[in-house]
Order: sequence, then C-alpha cells, then structure tokens
Amino acid sequence: MMRHELLLTAIALIVLMVDLGLKPGKKKSIIPVTIVLFALHTIAGFLPAEAGELFGGMYRTGSLQIMMKNVLNIGVLIILLQSASWLKKPENLEKISEYFILMFSTLIGMNFMISSGDFLMFYLGLELATIPMAALSAFVHHQTKSAEAGIKLLLSSALSSGILLFGLSLIYGSVGSVYFSDVAASYSHAPMQILAFIFFFAGMAFKISLVPFHLWTADVYEGSPVNVTSYFSVISKGAASFIFITILYVVFNSIAFIWKDLIYVIAILTMTIGNLFALRQKNMKRFLAFSSIAQAGFILLGIIAGNKTGMTSVIYFVLIYIFSNLGAFGVVSAIFNATGKENMDDYDGLYHTNPKLSLLMMLSVFSLAGIPPVAGFFGKFFLFTSAASAGYYWLVFIAVLNATISLYYYLLVVKAMFINKNEQPIAYFKSDLTTRVALMICTLGIFFIGFWGQLYEIINNISIGILN
Amino acid sequence: MNILSLFVLIPILTIIAITFTRSMKQTRLVSAVGMGIQLILAAALIFMYLAERRSGNMAEMLFTYDAVWFPTLNIHYTVGVDGISVAMIGLTAIVVFAGIFASWTVEFLSREFFISLILLSSGVFGFFISLDLFTMFLFYELAVIPMYLLIGLWGSGPKEYSAMKLTLMLMAGSALLLVGLLGIYFNSAPGGSQLTFNITEIAKIQIPIEMQRFLFPFTFIGFGILGALFPFHTWSPDGHASAPTAVSMLHAGVLMKLGGYGAFRVAMYLMPDAAREQAWIFIILTSISVVYGAFGAIVQKDLKYINAYSSVSHCGLVLFAVLMMNQTAMNGAVIQMISHGLMTALFFALIGMIYGRTHTRMINEMGGLMKVIPFLGVVYVIAGLASLGLPGLSGFVAEMTIFVGSFQHTDVFHRVVTIMATSSIVITAVYILRVVGILLLGPIKNDHYLHLKDAVWYERLSTITLVLAITAIGIAPLWLSDMINGSLVPLVQKIAGNGIVSLF
Repeated sequence: MMRHELLLTAIALIVLMVDLGLKPGKKKSIIPVTIVLFALHTIAGFLPAEAGELFGGMYRTGSLQIMMKNVLNIGVLIILLQSASWLKKPENLEKISEYFILMFSTLIGMNFMISSGDFLMFYLGLELATIPMAALSAFVHHQTKSAEAGIKLLLSSALSSGILLFGLSLIYGSVGSVYFSDVAASYSHAPMQILAFIFFFAGMAFKISLVPFHLWTADVYEGSPVNVTSYFSVISKGAASFIFITILYVVFNSIAFIWKDLIYVIAILTMTIGNLFALRQKNMKRFLAFSSIAQAGFILLGIIAGNKTGMTSVIYFVLIYIFSNLGAFGVVSAIFNATGKENMDDYDGLYHTNPKLSLLMMLSVFSLAGIPPVAGFFGKFFLFTSAASAGYYWLVFIAVLNATISLYYYLLVVKAMFINKNEQPIAYFKSDLTTRVALMICTLGIFFIGFWGQLYEIINNISIGILN
Repeated sequence: MNILSLFVLIPILTIIAITFTRSMKQTRLVSAVGMGIQLILAAALIFMYLAERRSGNMAEMLFTYDAVWFPTLNIHYTVGVDGISVAMIGLTAIVVFAGIFASWTVEFLSREFFISLILLSSGVFGFFISLDLFTMFLFYELAVIPMYLLIGLWGSGPKEYSAMKLTLMLMAGSALLLVGLLGIYFNSAPGGSQLTFNITEIAKIQIPIEMQRFLFPFTFIGFGILGALFPFHTWSPDGHASAPTAVSMLHAGVLMKLGGYGAFRVAMYLMPDAAREQAWIFIILTSISVVYGAFGAIVQKDLKYINAYSSVSHCGLVLFAVLMMNQTAMNGAVIQMISHGLMTALFFALIGMIYGRTHTRMINEMGGLMKVIPFLGVVYVIAGLASLGLPGLSGFVAEMTIFVGSFQHTDVFHRVVTIMATSSIVITAVYILRVVGILLLGPIKNDHYLHLKDAVWYERLSTITLVLAITAIGIAPLWLSDMINGSLVPLVQKIAGNGIVSLF
C-alpha cells in the first residue's frame, strides 16, 4: 500500500550503500544506477494498487493519490536525467549520492503529504519535504549565492511552518482532533476557526509562493543550482498545489465561501505581480522563477472552482506544466553546463548556432504561455473552463489578460533566440545522452499530451469535488 | 478521409516535407506544390458543394465529420461547411497560393519562412471549417502566433515593435473571446442536458438574455479586434507596414476576415437578442472605422500604410454590414470579405514587387512607374479601381450590396450612418487616384528607375491569379452570391428576429 514511499526509501538506501562501496574516483557510476532504479520506480508506480488506510487513518491512499505521485515521479525522472551532466563535473563528484538522497527524501515527504489523512502526518511530510530542500539549494556551498539561497529558504520556510503549525494547533484546539474527517465534519465559520484557517492558508501560500508570500522565491531560485531550481518550481510547487487543493476540498469544504473569496483576490495578485516582476528579469533563472509565480496564480483558478472539473484541471495542468517548465529549464541547464551563461542577452542569436535547443525553448515557452497547438494551451484552457464553470467570468478575463502579459515576456525569449543579432552567439555544442533523452521526453510531452483527450478523462474519473 | 480535414492535413504534410528540403529552391517548390494542391482542393470543394446543393441536399452544413476529443467536457473535433465557409476557403486558398509566389525570392531562413507561413494558413483553414467553438478558438490562435516570427524576422522598419504590438493586441482580443466562448459553453444546455461547444447545436437553443447581454460584447469585440474594429485597430497599420509581402497579403487578405466571419457566425448567430440590443453601439464604432480608415489613408505617404488604413476602412465596412442584420447587407458583407481579401492581397503583392525594384515605399520618391514597369502599373490600377468600387470589378458588387442592404432600414439612425459610411467611397477614390497619379504617372523622378525590369513569371502568376478572381466576381457575382445567400437564410432568420433596436 505504501509502495511509492517504501520503494523510494529503498532506492535512497541502495544509493547510500553503493556509494559506500565505491572508491572515491569511481563515484560517477552511481548516476546511471540511480536513474535506472528511479525509472523502474516510476514505472512501478503505474501498476495497479489497492486503496486503503494505514496507521488508523493517518495514511490514506487511493487512485487519486497514486495519480498525483506518479505525476511527480515523471517530473523527478526528467530532472534526474537533466542533472546527470551537471553532477559529473569535478566539483560535484564527491556529493553525487547526497544529491540523490536529499532529493528522494523531499519526494518521500511530498508523497506522505499527498497521502496524509490527518494534520500530523501532513506536517511530518511537510518538514521532510522542506528541510532537505534547503540543503539542496545550498548544494554548491562554496558559492555565496547558493549558500545564501539555502539559508533564505530555511529561514523563510521555518517561519511559514511556524505560522502553519500555529494554525494547526488552533484547529486542534477548536475541533479536538487532527484527523481530516473529524475536522471536516465539525468545521464551521466560528471566528477562531476562520483565524486558524487563515494561518494554515498563509503557511501553504508560502510553500506555493503565492503573493504576498512570494518574496523568497526569486533569490532562492537564482542562488540554487539550475536543476534544484527546476525541482523547486515544478515538483515542489506541483506537490504543494495537489495537497492544497485536496485539503481545501476535503477538510475545509464547509467554509468554501470564505476561501473562495480569499483565493479570488490572491489569484489576481499572484498572476499580476508575478507577471510584472517577470517582465523585468534578465537572468533566465529569475525570469522562470517569477513566471512560475504567475503560473501558480493560474493554478488557483482551478482550485477556486471547487468542483471535479477544478481538480482535474489542476492535475492536468501540473502534468503539462512539468513538461513545459522542465523543457525550458532543461535548455537553461544544458546551456549553463556547456558555457556557464544564464542571462537572456547571452541567448541572442541562439537559433543560428543551436537550432534544436532554440526550437525546444520556443515550444516550452509557448506551452507555458498557453499557445496552441502545444500542450500548455489545453492546460490553461481547462483551468479557465473550470473557473468559468463556477461562474467566475471576470476572474477568467483577468487571468487571460495576464496570460497575454506573460506572452510578452515569453516572446522576449523567442525574440532573443530568433530575431536579435549577436556578434558572438553561444557556439554550437552537443549535450550528452541523458540531457538529450530528458529534452526529448519534454518535447514529446509538450507536443502530444494535448491531443490525447483520453488522459483528461482518466484524471477526471478519479478526481473529487467539494464533498457535501 | 473527410475532404475538409484535408485542408488542415495538407498544410501540415507540406510543413513536414519542407523540413526535409535542402535549399531555398526546393523549399519554395515544395510549398508551391503543397499550396497548389490546396488550391485545386478548394476548387474541388466549391464544385462538390454546388453539386450537393443542386442535387437538393439542403442540410445547413455539408461534408460534416465529428470525432470526440475530450469526452469529459464534450469537446469535439467537428467540421462542416456552408456556402459562406466554402467561399472563405476558396479565398484563403487563392491568397495563400499567390502569397507563395509573391515570396519566391525570400532567401534568409527560407525554410522557416515558408513553414511559418503555411502554419498560419493551416490555422486559417482550420478556423473556417470548424463547427466546434473549442477547435475554432484553437485554430484562431494558431493563425495568430506565427505572425510574431514572420514579422519579427522577415519584416522591415520597426518590425520588432510592430510584431509585438500585433501579437499582444490580437491575444488580448482572444482573451475577450475566450471569456465569451466559455460563457456560451456554460449556457449551452438550459434544460440541464450536456454542455456543448457545437455551433449548430447551440444555435438551436436560446441563451438566457442576461447572459447574452454580458457575453455578447466580449465575443464581438474579441473578434472585432481582429477585424480592425475602431478603436482596437491600431495594430493593423503598424503590423501590415512592417510585415513581409506575403504576410501582409495573408494577414490583410484572410486573417482579418476571421474577425468578420467570427463576429456573425459566433457572436451574433449564437446571441442574437443581445446583438439586436447592442448593435447600435457597434454600428457607430464601425462607421467610425470606415470613415476614419479612409481619411487615415489619405494622409499617409508610405504605400503599405495607405493600404493598411484602407484595410481598416474596408474591414470596418464588413462589420458594419453584418450589423445591419438583413439578408442583402450580410450578403454584401461576405462578398466584401472576399473582394477585399483578393484586392488587398493584390495591393500588398504589388507593393512588395515595386519595393523590391525601387527600394522605397514613399510615394513622393517615385513617379512615372507606368512607363518602366507597365505590367505592374496596369495591375496596380486594376486593384485601385476594384478598391474604389468600379463596376465590373468585385469591389462594386460588394459595396453596392452592402449599401442597398443598409438603406433598407428606414429609421433616421440607420440612414445617417449609412450616408456616413457611403462617403467613404468618395474618400477612397481620393486616395487611390492620388496614389495612382503620383506613383504611376508623371515624370520619372530617379534615373535609376529607368532600368527597372517588369514583372517576371512568378510575379505575373501571383498577380494574374488574383486579378482573375477579382474580375470573375465583378462580372459574374451571381454564382457567388447564390452560394452565400442560401446559407445566410438560417443565420439571418435567427439574427434578425423581430428587428433591431435603433438609437433614434
């Protein structure tokens, strides 16, 4: 029943054991072993599994949870493939196994969060997902920026965990139980319960980096190594959105009228401010960081719907977002590994030297912007559909306008690569096999998910709306 | 295989074939073959359509094909055509074909150029065959986005600015449109049956009037932006002026028609009650478009700007006619779309060819060109005469029908706006004849122009195709207008209802 978590723990332990057995000069061989193991784990995730509860209802699993975990697994697999060539660099050779173990620990934490049946398990998962993340972001500890990112993440997430925990304690105080089912059954809009909810909401908003709790994002994203940044902006954000929507729908369904108003305002703020900041960024990582804040705002449009369509659209969007954002990050990481450059000006004239990378980058940013026929269009369209299904037409309108603003800065990337002239563009380089496989997976995902209409149906069959 | 799906499939296959070409010559050959097949297919479609109608098939939509795409949301890939869409497909095929030959000499990244151009055309074809609002919207955006690269990479002048402005304004238009379409979707099943995006299904039901009032402006303005509705037309002059020849042709000739077509096929047809109530607002805006565009053309010195403003005026006339909501005017609107599509494409093609020779588009730097390049000069005069509505050419048929239709409304408001709009004919004559006078007649201003060569074979092919189509419509408008008329009947019945609300 706990297949995902157990397998992951096993893989982490195997990595540790293999690492101990290898001589210092031979550590490189961990990389393929781990990737193969994780690929097997990803495939194993799709095998049929039974639903059920463990530890007296603290841990719950079912097809919905398994789907969410599988979506995250696919993303992590792509990230592992992308980080292989970076890990092979001499300065990282000694820390390869740490990278994997830290990443798997956070993933286990996220899996526990997704499967949690009470707030205790939820909090346990949250901390397990957060603390190794700080270590990951400070991975290149001899670089000031990376170390700074680690400390910033640790401090701000400690603060947010504190706020969240305060909210949870108030919930426990007012309900007398931390089980989701008990809380859901007796939650009402008494002032203390609303206060408790607000604290919980603020804590979660930190994790998803919603405005006004987003300020840590840009610095942490910029300071961390590229692959860790992509892990933050895709996996961590995706997992947090999954949990957020589940808890809002399952636990706080009785005060939906409160959180819908809250999300309405925060969605507008998040999209708009994320976009406005993204407009001015010159560093690709910072740029993608702010654009991912805006994307989180779009996810809220699915959450606010409060029905089955809403949850389906969120999962579907996150799945597509994984491919499109990892496509963009994959190109940034490939270029950084080959040349060490990560500013938008450096991309000028890239198409003339590296046409394939440029095309993939273009597809990815078009997908992020929601331009047909690539997958992002479908993801965005269904998010808008779900918000409209609850009657939020003006919110949809503001969101689509924001999508237009975001198109501006995404087009700036396209403009840099295709239109701008450059005396010395980044010279042609060939990425290694793993990077190319990762980019290939992203391209296929971006191209074909939208045309596979059955996928939406599959997700829809296991999604839930607000339970009454 | 459904014949309509081929219209999307052939461009895609052509694009795939282009990726395998090795040189510019191969690329343009493949493109020309692909789009030539498309043109033949369009001609075949017209004949097949007429044959079906003659054999008594009176279904609203012909050649329909339906496949479920997203079962949960009841999104289908549904295609089908009536006389109006067949006419628009014919127009698109002609303009794209002419556009390929007008860009015969694009050397810089020629593969990418033709790929983007054909991708754009596949979006346009897809839009015209769609009966499902979702696919329609998808193709609509697909037709817009290649413009950015086409203008930004191969354009001239302030191309990056124009490309960005055009893309963002059109995408903002699709923001409005998306809200409108989603609103229609969620009101498409008043009885609690399954929601649908299918246009013919939605046309059978009545969307609640409050929702119509709310959604109609979104949808109409959303399409109107692409149809250069005042005051949202500002992307058009800049965009057209900076775009390379074939792109201007396709954009002014076909893409702007998506706006007019969508405005009545979606906005007005599905929400007729709100359309009748709010028509007066948009009638005022479109009559401003018509007159303002014409005046704008007078003061311009750049050939492309002149033609771009003239497009604003003529496309305004399309929306103007559509809003008159009677059989005659709407018939005129469709003929105007086709007529303007052909002649503006011809204009832009000629401007591109003249610019390629003189390296300037400023009319006061040129003169007497008729003496050195008589073929291009004569064709320019033909295009100009069609534009100012000379009988025997397509412009006359279109404008005549529109104004006869709009004059059928006897109230003061409609009379006033009709007279205002009619004045554009005179203003059009002013700027067309002025350009012809300065550009083609008079003394030759630059010795360098004495050695200009007249049109070569691919330029002649491109222009003659368009001239033939223009004169065909001008001389024998009946078969076109018959084809359109039959299909307009159900639309007009639903839209006109009990007559429109008037301002006075």
